Amino acid sequence: MALLTAPAPAPVAEAGVLKKRRKLHDDLTGHGFLIGAVICFAVFMWYPMIRGLVMSFQRTRRGVTTWVGWDNYVRIIDDPSFWIAWRNTFTFTGLALVLGFALPFVVAIVLNEFRHAKGYLRILVYLPVMLPPASALYLFKFYAYDPSEAGLFNALLTAVGLPTSEWMQSPAMTMPAMVIASTWMNMGGAVLIYLAALQNIPGELYEAAELDGAGILKRIWHVTVPQTRLILALLAMMQIVATMQLFIEPLILANGAGTQDSATSVAYLIYQHGFFQNDLNGAAALGVIMLVVLAAFSAIYLRLSTRGDS
Amino acid sequence: MSRTLVSSTQLRRGRVLYWGLLTLVVVVFTLVFLGPLYWMVTGALKSGQEIAQTPPTLFPKDPQFGNYADAWNQLDLAKLLFNTVYYAAGAVLFQLVLDTSAAYALSKLRPAFGNAILGAMLATLLIPAMVLIVPQYQTVIDLPVLNLSLIDSPFAIWLPMVANAFNIFLLKRFFDSIPDEIMAAAFVDGASPLRTLWSIILPMSRPILGVVSIFAVTAVWKDFLWPLLVMPHPETRTISVGIYAFAAGTPQNVVVAASVIAALPTVIIFLIFQRNIMSGLTTGSLKG
Repeated sequence: MALLTAPAPAPVAEAGVLKKRRKLHDDLTGHGFLIGAVICFAVFMWYPMIRGLVMSFQRTRRGVTTWVGWDNYVRIIDDPSFWIAWRNTFTFTGLALVLGFALPFVVAIVLNEFRHAKGYLRILVYLPVMLPPASALYLFKFYAYDPSEAGLFNALLTAVGLPTSEWMQSPAMTMPAMVIASTWMNMGGAVLIYLAALQNIPGELYEAAELDGAGILKRIWHVTVPQTRLILALLAMMQIVATMQLFIEPLILANGAGTQDSATSVAYLIYQHGFFQNDLNGAAALGVIMLVVLAAFSAIYLRLSTRGDS
Repeated sequence: MSRTLVSSTQLRRGRVLYWGLLTLVVVVFTLVFLGPLYWMVTGALKSGQEIAQTPPTLFPKDPQFGNYADAWNQLDLAKLLFNTVYYAAGAVLFQLVLDTSAAYALSKLRPAFGNAILGAMLATLLIPAMVLIVPQYQTVIDLPVLNLSLIDSPFAIWLPMVANAFNIFLLKRFFDSIPDEIMAAAFVDGASPLRTLWSIILPMSRPILGVVSIFAVTAVWKDFLWPLLVMPHPETRTISVGIYAFAAGTPQNVVVAASVIAALPTVIIFLIFQRNIMSGLTTGSLKG
């Protein structure tokens, strides 16, 4: 009897073990496929995220690392160029938002109406995005922003009878000049994304608006904008994050700081502290400050853009 | 085609206006986006004297092809181009192998904690690159556990590029759209997960693999600060960094000539693959 009944529960238990073993085996296979990417993320992303935070509270002198509390932050904030850099960065972000955010939307709306030459225009707008930024910026630096009348922009201004500008050599023009160069280089991406979003707007909405007697501007305001609101909000956020990291434009166009510090950006300050002033800890603290500012921006922005929903 | 802002009837009525506006936009766009490129290519052909002339000339009077030759020789552009191509090719290879297998695991094999890992990867998209530049550099000059320095080693470009959450997201979403039944059928036939990836998933995913590869090439080509930091030796520089390093002591026209040569490969890639690039860009950002 015992011999006959004993085996009965065994297959169940065995099946359980097998199933478990099977699951473990599958998990291991899965992680085997993941491991390469996970190691790269761990070493070059997750670990540096923590390390940056830790470094900002430490100080390394002659190979000895000590905890110094908020010292690095205090030193960074006491530096007058900290405030100049933030002012410049915010100016750039603000100007770039006016030009680099509104312009691509208008361009996309116009392009979307054309039945001809669309492919050609799209390629044109996106072409500068493909240039290495260093290449494009040398074009601007040496040819477009040449402060003499031989420069491209000054020649154009003279041709239409406007006064010429000293561009990068004038502190007042430094920021607008950098915004123009940056917008020219980067707007193609936004235009393409808007164009795709515009194509998803159902035509009946325009039909209905038109029947209600809405003109073109009213149709844009009451149909196009609300229908693309989500993508507009997303791109505005991405634009703010990207422009706050302003770095290569001042480095190449203004040789870093620019005339009377008019080009120094926060990212450039991080670069200076980290790699020229032998102050990696200060640079890490600046990085954390930048992250906090951007996070605060995103939080306020999310609050504002979701409030409109309810 | 469905209607847009302006209806077809309106268009027909305003035909003259439409063609007038189209011509204007085509002319303005050509001037704004191609004009500077024309200025760049021809400007680099002018002599130093002609470039300083007021008003500037539209065509170079006496084309100095020597400027391009000087740029090629003085900056050793052949070496710089080779380096950049080498880094780009490696980046494509590493991303295709490691990111594709990771996305495959997350999409189809779904091991324990898969979603947590995906979340931790996507979280890195929220951290601006500039914030991490210092600790990343610190990591690369002294790798944890191994105590190796990757400075001037191509791995300093290849490995960090694998940690690209956007690519993994793009690939995973594409794999998600492949029905699980196909996977199940392959398993029933006794195919291993690797075999399924290689013979079933990858052949179906050619378009997305193309997009990821093109993005990797352009990312390496356009990157500036990271190669400036981790590839400091003149022998290992990328083309953008090489031009920057030489810019201060080189005549302007030669620097611009070098910039033109540096821009050519990406422009050519774009003109060949523009359809793939544009569709990859919009699908990646829109249907998230």
